[in-house]
Amino acid sequence: METDANVMKAPVRPVLRVNGLSKSYRRKGALWQRSDVVVAASEVDIEIFVGQTLALVGSSGSGKSTVARCVTRLEKPDAGKIWLEGTDIAQLDSRELRSRRPKMQMVFQDAATSMNPRFTAAEVIEEPMRIQKQGDKSARRTRAKELMQEVGLSPQWADRYAMDFSGGQRQRLAIARALALKPTLLVLDEALSGLDLSTEAQIANLLIDLQAAHSLAYLLISHDLALVTRLADTIAVMAHGQIVEQGPAVQVIANARHPETRSLIASTRAAQANLFALGAAL
Amino acid sequence: MLTRCSSTPASCIFRGTSVTFPWLASPAVVVNWCRHMNFPAESATEALALVHGLSVTYLPDNDQPVHALDHASLEIRRGELVGILGESGSGKSTLAAALLRLLPGDARYDSGSIYFRNRDMLALPESALRRIRGAEIALIPQDPALALNPVIRVGDQIAEVLRAHVRMTRRDRRTRVEELLAEVGFDQPRPIYRAYPHQLSGGQQQRVVIAQAVACRPQLVIADEATSKLDASLQAEIIALMREISQRHRMAFVVISHDPTVLAGFVDRMAVMYAGRIVEEGRTEDIFRRPLHPYTQALVRLSARYLPNVGTRARFPAIHGEPPVLNSLGVGCPFAPRCPERMQVCTERDLQETTPQLSQRVSCFKYGN
Repeated sequence: METDANVMKAPVRPVLRVNGLSKSYRRKGALWQRSDVVVAASEVDIEIFVGQTLALVGSSGSGKSTVARCVTRLEKPDAGKIWLEGTDIAQLDSRELRSRRPKMQMVFQDAATSMNPRFTAAEVIEEPMRIQKQGDKSARRTRAKELMQEVGLSPQWADRYAMDFSGGQRQRLAIARALALKPTLLVLDEALSGLDLSTEAQIANLLIDLQAAHSLAYLLISHDLALVTRLADTIAVMAHGQIVEQGPAVQVIANARHPETRSLIASTRAAQANLFALGAAL
Repeated sequence: MLTRCSSTPASCIFRGTSVTFPWLASPAVVVNWCRHMNFPAESATEALALVHGLSVTYLPDNDQPVHALDHASLEIRRGELVGILGESGSGKSTLAAALLRLLPGDARYDSGSIYFRNRDMLALPESALRRIRGAEIALIPQDPALALNPVIRVGDQIAEVLRAHVRMTRRDRRTRVEELLAEVGFDQPRPIYRAYPHQLSGGQQQRVVIAQAVACRPQLVIADEATSKLDASLQAEIIALMREISQRHRMAFVVISHDPTVLAGFVDRMAVMYAGRIVEEGRTEDIFRRPLHPYTQALVRLSARYLPNVGTRARFPAIHGEPPVLNSLGVGCPFAPRCPERMQVCTERDLQETTPQLSQRVSCFKYGN
């Protein structure tokens, strides 16, 4: 049974392959410190296959968001290669990148700040299609409404302003926008953080369903190990700009080797242990 | 205010009821209807703050009124750790702000009362409230980076609280602030005193605002999502610190959170809020061991999402739908549209609170109404 599942999920080709990615920033001196160079990411290697999820976890400041920003080329890496469906995008300029962007979309933690407050829901979803000059106006509107339906928003709300939606609905809207160009890879940078428990579960379920429907690959970035383990095929743990441990999710959780992984697991278990100690009705 | 008694025998017709008359004089006036009852009398003397039937409406310009709190009642005893669990828009922060009488100008107190140390908080003038805030009731805000002034040294910001409430010399104040910094876990208070907020990490900033909150040894501290922006290990440290401070000085804490796991390791008693109402309240272990309200049950199920199911992509036991918009309160239970156990009666009649378990009250038709 288990081998069957593995065969079915057998990776064909990597959607994303990152080799030796490095990025550093200059930092002005903080308390007791001189100005120095912060190595935010160093020699990062990751690989994500079609329809699979790689969870990049680590405590704050470990460099996981830097990896996300380099992979989506919001930042230019200092060194390394980023193969997106066979093309190295690490050093492409913005014009060359534009033709690659549809393959890879991003969802941020705070959906509200990633949307133009003057846009209606439909306009938010149409924006990437407009930039990529896909379809005419009515075709884009039709597609926007389909996408709203798919992410669990009523198409009747197409003309409502994005700001009039609740936090969870805005996150759905952000996901709809990310899906507009039919990407193969979604980079989800803390996309499930800061939501209410019930909303978080709804959005996580939506991601699970969308992945199954479209064979999406996810780069799921989170500090919340508890949440991502369930969604992840592979877990990569980051600390001090480096990936300190990487492997199949079950294996990383069961036999954590690196102290950073162990401490992440331990603190997650500790929070849950409070529940078990109380004998929670789970 | 109905309070339950643990010593009343089952045969007693007044089992579990005593009546407090807050409007007579103070919450200390308790009529014990039965001779078995000793618990309520004791609790009344211990009651630090008492919120009774509080309803609050926001009246924004050019928009519909929002009924943020709907007949919320909560008792906080001396030195007790009380949690308020709720999702955004449930009214938990409104309840916290009301305890400090810090609701914004467009808020209206529709009904109910708030007593703090036998004083009617809704009747006190602003000058008296200012003496209470910071000295007797303090707030630990969610985001310390916003709460701290970026251009004033953090030590001076803690000293400011002392200057507002306590007469002491500048030198004593400085010593006191350094003691406070040591108390919240800084090994070297001196350099921290001189630091500006941006030079400290998020966890250090959180410790600073905790020092600020407890500087005057308030009897009640309100922690509004004080740990929700921190990562798991830091969260555990800050919770341990707050528990320690509470025990050492017998300070009561009202801990507001959207995360059941935070409250599980923190508070003695908790209230669950939904759509401006307290839908369930009881001892923390009871709430987690046998949650009564379907909403609480769903939250407890959701909170245990770790150990099993690694890599299975199993769907989460989510609650269907969205919380209601609080513009108009319909008849019946506000959770009914999302409730898996909805009955016909749920949308037909208004709910009354019941206490099906000892010291655990719930607003749900499942438990008789």
